[in-house]
Amino acid sequence: MLTVSDLHVSYGAINALSGVSFTIPQGAIVTLIGGNGAGKTTTLRTISGLLRPRSGSILFRGESITTLPAHTIVARGLCHVPEGRMVFANLSVDENLSMGAYLLRDRERIARNREFVFGVFPRLKERLRQTAGTLSGGEQQMLAIGRALMGDPTFLMLDEPSLGIAPRLIATIFEKIVEINRSQGITILLVEQNANLALEVSSQAYVLETGRVVMQGPSAELRDDPQLRATYLGGGPVT
Amino acid sequence: MPRPLLYFLAALAASIGVSAISGQLDPYLLDVSMGVGIAIILAVSLNLVNGHTGQFSLGHAGFMAVGAYLSSTVTLFLGPALLGEEGGNALTQGLLFAAALAFGGACAAFAGLLIGLPSLRLKGDYLALVTLGFGEIIRVVFQNVEVLGGALGLIGMPAYTTFAWVYGGAALAVYTVACLVNSTYGRGFLATRDDEIAAEAVGLDTTRYKIVAFVTGAFFAGVAGGLFAHFKLAIDPRGFDFTRSIEIVVMVILGGMGRTAGVIGAAILLTLLPEILRPVAEYRMILYSLLLIVLMLVRPQGLFQWSKKGGQP
Repeated sequence: MLTVSDLHVSYGAINALSGVSFTIPQGAIVTLIGGNGAGKTTTLRTISGLLRPRSGSILFRGESITTLPAHTIVARGLCHVPEGRMVFANLSVDENLSMGAYLLRDRERIARNREFVFGVFPRLKERLRQTAGTLSGGEQQMLAIGRALMGDPTFLMLDEPSLGIAPRLIATIFEKIVEINRSQGITILLVEQNANLALEVSSQAYVLETGRVVMQGPSAELRDDPQLRATYLGGGPVT
Repeated sequence: MPRPLLYFLAALAASIGVSAISGQLDPYLLDVSMGVGIAIILAVSLNLVNGHTGQFSLGHAGFMAVGAYLSSTVTLFLGPALLGEEGGNALTQGLLFAAALAFGGACAAFAGLLIGLPSLRLKGDYLALVTLGFGEIIRVVFQNVEVLGGALGLIGMPAYTTFAWVYGGAALAVYTVACLVNSTYGRGFLATRDDEIAAEAVGLDTTRYKIVAFVTGAFFAGVAGGLFAHFKLAIDPRGFDFTRSIEIVVMVILGGMGRTAGVIGAAILLTLLPEILRPVAEYRMILYSLLLIVLMLVRPQGLFQWSKKGGQP
């Protein structure tokens, strides 16, 4: 569904990505793991058109989206949930969700998407009139994901959904991510620092290090890889 | 009829009503209130850019200058030819003035587009500096155009600006901004301010929103400039330097970024303050500045905002 080949991205003189390639099949949950500064967020931002690659190509459903502006990429069904729970802090929960359906014109579809979001995250329905900036961290993350779902995506990119969220809520959010994937068939690219969790829910994984893919394979295999365990999973014996 | 439109028409009717009896009002009071009205237009239009859309522009005086000068060229150079020897009647004068204001506003909007296209890629203080620079360039250009009076400025504009024109303009500015911001489309301005990356991620063309805000803001600054020119009857480039831009920015900040009612209140207060302080003569500007500092210290979230959460910087 998405093919990234030989992506090079730089911030001025600094190379953030030097030749990243990967493929994501339709309907899968694929994860991108790696430490700080490995280039995970840069990869997502480049795919969604917020950053321009120096070279390389991005194919989405067989068509190149490498040089398209961000808003036209969203229109094709590829939606990005940015890092750090970027909700519109001064708008209400309801208005945030409406913004998510910004590109949709069909009222019935918007209403249907809204019901689906409330089904996944009932908490959002309770907080409908509340200003988004006053929600808890976990609720803001739910809102960010819910807002992305409002736009009818076929492909969802999640950047660090566990960042700064109470541990109890992290489990809930990951369950919901799997639920979204299963029930709607939405393909998901998940970027996570919490490698354990990411490998648990995904089928395929790519490990990034200083702008390169250094390891890849089925998530179940990577979980048992001794080298990966030592680097990202806090060592310890295989459980 | 939708409520905002009702308010707009009521404000329009009220300003025409007051204008009709303006002959019986104290001339000083009338003079000050017209200054207040022009300040409201400037502040409300800049609020669309700085407050609602979150783009820090410091070039509003430049757009005001464009409107002031170009509307004056219409009434000064085209007026006599169009209206004839006697200077026409009230209706033809009104039409000419409306055309002049629209032309001044359109030219300012065009200047806003020219400046906005390259500079709205910048953020925060960089954008502030670039718009400050452009504002000054506009001023220096007028200073050096001989036909427009150069450094001496333009004089002899007909006194077309009345209470009704000023407050009609203010009502139109408030109404336009309110309609823009409170629509489904307009939530995009607030989304752009709250988080540009998230806004792009849901499919907003944030650049377009910024341009629309910038051009609309510049248009009304131009209209305010035109009203100003036909109210003071003499304009010179120094009247549109960056201290004027800062004055307008202060109104927006003091009013609480993005709060239209607050910004109107601040525009009224900051225009009246120098008048109230007139008795203290030479200490006036010192006191004015001190009061500004105190107001900022006491109410950093905006003069007329009571919730703890301040406007976005």
